[in-house]
Amino acid sequence: MLKYGTFVKVWLALVLLTGLTLSLAGRPWGPLNMLTVLAIATFKSGLVASYFMHLSYEKGLGWLKGMILGVILLLAILIGLTFFDIAYR
Amino acid sequence: MGGERDEKGSKIGMWLFLLSEILFFGALFVLYGTYRYKHPLDFHLASADLNRILGALHTLILITSSLTMAISITALRKRDRMISLLALAATLLLGLLFLVNKGLEWSVKFGHELYPNAPRLLSRPKGEVLFYGLYYSITGLHALHVLVGVVLISIVAFLVVKKRIDEKKMAPLENVGLYWHLVDIIWIFIFPLFYLIP
Repeated sequence: MLKYGTFVKVWLALVLLTGLTLSLAGRPWGPLNMLTVLAIATFKSGLVASYFMHLSYEKGLGWLKGMILGVILLLAILIGLTFFDIAYR
Repeated sequence: MGGERDEKGSKIGMWLFLLSEILFFGALFVLYGTYRYKHPLDFHLASADLNRILGALHTLILITSSLTMAISITALRKRDRMISLLALAATLLLGLLFLVNKGLEWSVKFGHELYPNAPRLLSRPKGEVLFYGLYYSITGLHALHVLVGVVLISIVAFLVVKKRIDEKKMAPLENVGLYWHLVDIIWIFIFPLFYLIP
């Protein structure tokens, strides 16, 4: 059952991760910076989707979750192939 | 008031719409990625002009509004109509605050004569012009989504007050919640991509 406390904890995690992202932005790690920051953003989105959007709680939505993953995969392919196109022109 | 109500179907319908929105913004992010790849230094310089604190504030506003939205839905499931309405009002206020904040941010830029197609902007290096073009289009489109969300939340709040939405038929509230969370997720990606370019 969904509890208020769980939501507040997720919110706290999101706030902390935002702070972490901010603090990482100044560091000179090169391309690793952006990857880390995007990885954190992806994790934050995962938290919002699983808890706030109830994906972790609802049953019988297996194929819907499959579709969501499918779209994310599609996006990854779009981004990946565009990158390979642009990078080698 | 006849007809079968298909709550699960309407939820799936909303998710399908959200997936199309993900692809929509995804394509814009691909555009962003391409131009950034071609003008890395310009993007870095232009990004430094943006106010990170304001950007972080945007993020915190939307994250908190997602919390209040989730609380509102859970409260209605527990039949706490008062808490649900209060949380919905908080969500609405935070959404409006986001729009005000974004308006302030843009007006600062306009004050520096960096509005779209401004001569001062066009005289800057090409990469910076592209950055600002993407910045205004993507954050503008996102703000439009926030505005639509604010309208939807108002409508749903009205329906809760009128008891046309209750713990037995929650689909409109839940679906507006899903839409709002997606708007939050999109901003979660916009923030680092525009404000935090190393």
